[in-house]
Order: sequence, then structure tokens, then C-alpha cells
Amino acid sequence: MINVKNISKTFMVPHRVDALVDVSENIARGEVVVVIGPSGSGKSTFLRCLNRLETADKGKILIDGVDILHPKTDINKVRAEVGMVFQSFNLFPHKTVKNNVNLAQNVVRKRSSKEAEEITMALLDKVGIADKKNVYPDQLSGGQQQRVAIARALAMNPKAMLFDEPTSALDPEMIGEVLEVMKTLAKEGMTMAVVTHEMGFAREVADRVIFMDAGKIVEEGTPEHFFTNPSHDRTKLFLKQIL
Amino acid sequence: MESTSSLLQKQQKRSYYMWVVVFFLVIFTCLGSLYYCTLKIDYTWRWYRVPQYFFFNEEIEVRTDVAGSVEAIEETTDGTIIRINSDDGDSVDYAYPSKDVRLYEGDTVFEGDVLGSYREWRMGILLQGLWLTLKVSFIAIIFGIFLGLGAGLARISSNPAFKWLSITYIELVRGSPLLVQIFIWYFVLGTLVNTMLAQYGVSQIPPLWFGVASLATFTGAYVAEIVRSGIQSIHKGQTEASRSLGMTYTQSMYHVILPQAFIRIIPPLAGQFISLIKDSSLLGIIAIRELTKATREVVTTSLQPFELWFVCAILYLVLTFALSMLLQYLEKRMIHS
Repeated sequence: MINVKNISKTFMVPHRVDALVDVSENIARGEVVVVIGPSGSGKSTFLRCLNRLETADKGKILIDGVDILHPKTDINKVRAEVGMVFQSFNLFPHKTVKNNVNLAQNVVRKRSSKEAEEITMALLDKVGIADKKNVYPDQLSGGQQQRVAIARALAMNPKAMLFDEPTSALDPEMIGEVLEVMKTLAKEGMTMAVVTHEMGFAREVADRVIFMDAGKIVEEGTPEHFFTNPSHDRTKLFLKQIL
Repeated sequence: MESTSSLLQKQQKRSYYMWVVVFFLVIFTCLGSLYYCTLKIDYTWRWYRVPQYFFFNEEIEVRTDVAGSVEAIEETTDGTIIRINSDDGDSVDYAYPSKDVRLYEGDTVFEGDVLGSYREWRMGILLQGLWLTLKVSFIAIIFGIFLGLGAGLARISSNPAFKWLSITYIELVRGSPLLVQIFIWYFVLGTLVNTMLAQYGVSQIPPLWFGVASLATFTGAYVAEIVRSGIQSIHKGQTEASRSLGMTYTQSMYHVILPQAFIRIIPPLAGQFISLIKDSSLLGIIAIRELTKATREVVTTSLQPFELWFVCAILYLVLTFALSMLLQYLEKRMIHS
């Protein structure tokens, strides 16, 4: 589903940072991959390269067989197939919950208002927030906003979902409700790449855990291997510090 | 016994009212000393002469343009109809809305003779100037908005042609005085355009439009910077979220970024448009009789500079205040919807 071959990314502004160094990774259809690592390790950059919010300098990225770094690729088509959820939710503050979810369906998928409305209501129901359909995002709690953001991404019927630290900006008591929605998605067989600090989620839901440091994949494996018997010293140190 | 907190409140209240009194004292002292000085130089205030420059009642004489004899004078309910048999044998009717008749049936008239007269309310020169200021400002604001929106979007574009054109335009306009730009529009571009038009036998463009163009391009550059800062003030997560859903740059701008940016740029836009109304007073130098030019003309004939310049300032104040109220209302409505 997602094939990454030897990508590198260097930021020059404000100063030179090698965010990704020769990273390769394959994510199969229906697989849930959790990416962990210290801050500045390149895990968010890796995720953002997958829908070209950042453009990798070198290497090759295939999404469902489409080379997204090829100049002739219509990136908007690819992005519509790959949903993304952000740390800071990024709901559209000038639109109601319902219209947040409707907008891209109308504009990108060209669905009729009636069809979009039906899909929206089904999804809001799924993330448990249908009763707030007519309120504006600033009247919702962080957990509610993030669930709307997930519904907004799902409305495009994506083939894969990218989660960029979806619970890092939330109050502790709201993390559970968002993780619950993500677990449901994982059970339904959604292909997911999740950058997170929630080790419980990684252990419980992930098919595979990737540990990144300094722009490289240091170690990867099943959650059991990862949390009980990590082989790399850097991984051991990281796990010791956070657990 | 009073509690200390209520004593404190009382003291705060007292000092508040004391400063209110100070405010009015300062205002009245300024006005009073101004008035005292005008008395000292024997200036006579004649406010009653001002209204005639807004509206005046003019006597209009009805004259015949044929020679002949008066055949009939007919009084209707709201006026008079005079029929004249011209020497050529035609009969011509003159109708006007008053009962003032200066001749009798059978009289002989020559071309240009006064048949009668009526009075009519006319717009005074100040009101005409005010109207022209309003018109010029309004048109310049409309063009300025479109120009500014285009230049603002081009300014943040990654296309070097758009971007550099926009930067060149903005820097040229912001770096030179409006007065000089008005001269360039009128004496350079105006001459070029009108001379070319004359060569092709097309009618000339009146100076008014060069004045409007200079104001519009001037405002457009400032609006562009306001639009740019408004767009850039929207968190980049908004762009990322909309683009990650598959929207194009244009769709993301139209549906997500601009609607949010517009609410933010209304206050600085209001300031810019208020400046524009005031700057339109410079157009007088290229013979456009807007409010300031109109006032200057009235001052030279009436010799009442004190009253008239105050009136002029107040009229500008009325315009700018109304505009700022309008935009405040607009901002509130946009936030609520």
C-alpha cells in the first residue's frame, strides 16, 4: 500500500537539519504501523512526506502504486485517498462541524449536498459527535475537535490514514475517546500510520512499531519484541526514559 | 460605619468625575480661546451664509428663442403655458411651473425676451463637491479592493513573474508621494493616453478618471499588503488540513483561507479607506472639484474662510465616520454568521 524507498529530507531554514536520512519502509494494506521516537527524530517529517506536505529530496514513494514524487502525478488525487489527522486538529473555524466534514466532499469528491450530508451524519455518528453537528469548532473540547477531524478525513473514503501525534495536544482525560475511535478504525482494517507517544496504544493496536532517531529508522518489530526485548541500545534508553 | 472598600470605591468615583470635568474644561477652553482670538481680529461670524452653499433657491428666467407675438397665456393648476406665434408661422409653447408672467397677450416678442420666471432649489457647490468626493472615493475603493486582492495574492505566489510584478508595483506606489503620483497620472499618462486617442479620433478621457485611477492604484498597493498580512496570519495548519483533503491551492484559498482572512483584514481596510477619502482632497490640483476644491472656490468668493473650512472638515468627518461605522457593522455581521 505504502512503499518508501531510500527517502531523504534536509531542511535548510532556519538552519541545516537532516530530518530524514535514507529511510525505507513498506506498509501493507490493513496494517497499523506506529512510529515512535524522541522529538526531532524525523517521525513527523516521515509522515508528512507520505502525502507530500513535505517533499522528499531524494528517493521514491509509492502510494497504492502511484509515484507521488513524479512531476506528472496529480498530488491532489493522491491526497484525497490518504487521510491525515493533525496534532492541532486544524478544523476550519468558520464552518460548523457538519460543514467541516461536508466541504471536501462537495469540493473534491463533487458529491451532491444530500449525499455528502448522509455520509457526514453517518461518520459523526461513528465518532460519537452527531449531536454537535451545528456548532462551531471553538465550542468543542479538544477531544471532540479531534474526533471531528477524524470524521472529516474519513469522509473522503481514504485508503490509508496518517495520524500525526493526534493526542499530544489533548487534556489527559480526552485522550481515551480519540484513541477509542482510532482502535475502531484499526479493527475495521484501515491502513494506518500513527506517530504517537501513547505506548499503550502502540502495544495494543499496532501490528508493527518503528523507532526513529536522528532521521533514521533504528529498530522495528512487533509490539512484543519492541516493548519486551528491544535489541538496540538507543531503543532501550528511549523506552527506559518514557516508561 | 462605612467599610473601607466602599470608601475606596467612592474615592475612585470622585477622581473619575474630576477627570471628566477636566476633559470638558480643556475642550471649552480651546473653543473659547479660538472664539476670543477671532473677536480680537474683528472677524464676523456669518454662519447664516453657509446653508446657501448646500442648497439655494435660484430664479430661472424663461426666454423665448423665436420672434413673434404672444398668442395665448394660459394659467394651469401648477404653472403657466405661453403660446407664441412665430414670424415663420409656427406656434411654440413655453410651459414653466410658476404664475410669474412678464407680458400680455398680443405683445410682440423678440428672440431672448423674458416671458416669465420661476424659482427652483439647486444643489450648492459644497454639496456638489461632497457628492463628487463620495463618488470618486467609492469608485477608487472598489477598484482598489480588486487591485489589492490581485496584487496581494500575487505577492505570496511562488511564481516569480507574479511575485516580482506585485513587489515592484507595491514598492513603487508606497515609495512615492500620492501628490506626485496624481501628477504622473494626469500630466504624463493622461497626456499620452489622450493624445493617442486623439490620433485615432476617439473621444478624450476626462481628468476625473485619471484622478480615480491614481487613488485606486495608490490604495491597491496598501490593500495588497493588508491582504498579504491577513492571509499570512491564518495558521498554516489550515492550508495543510485543506490540502491534505485533496483541495487544490485555489479551492483551499477560496473555501478556507480567504473567508477567515477577510474578517481579520476589515479593521485595517477601514483605516485604509478612511485615508483614501481624506487623500481624495488632493485631486483638487488637477481641476477635479471635490469637496476641498469646492470649499476653496467658495472661500474666495464669499470671504468666509473660518466657517467654511470648519464645515469642510466636518463634512469629511461625517464621511469617514459613516464608513467606519459601516465596516464595523460588517465585521460584526461576518463574525456572527
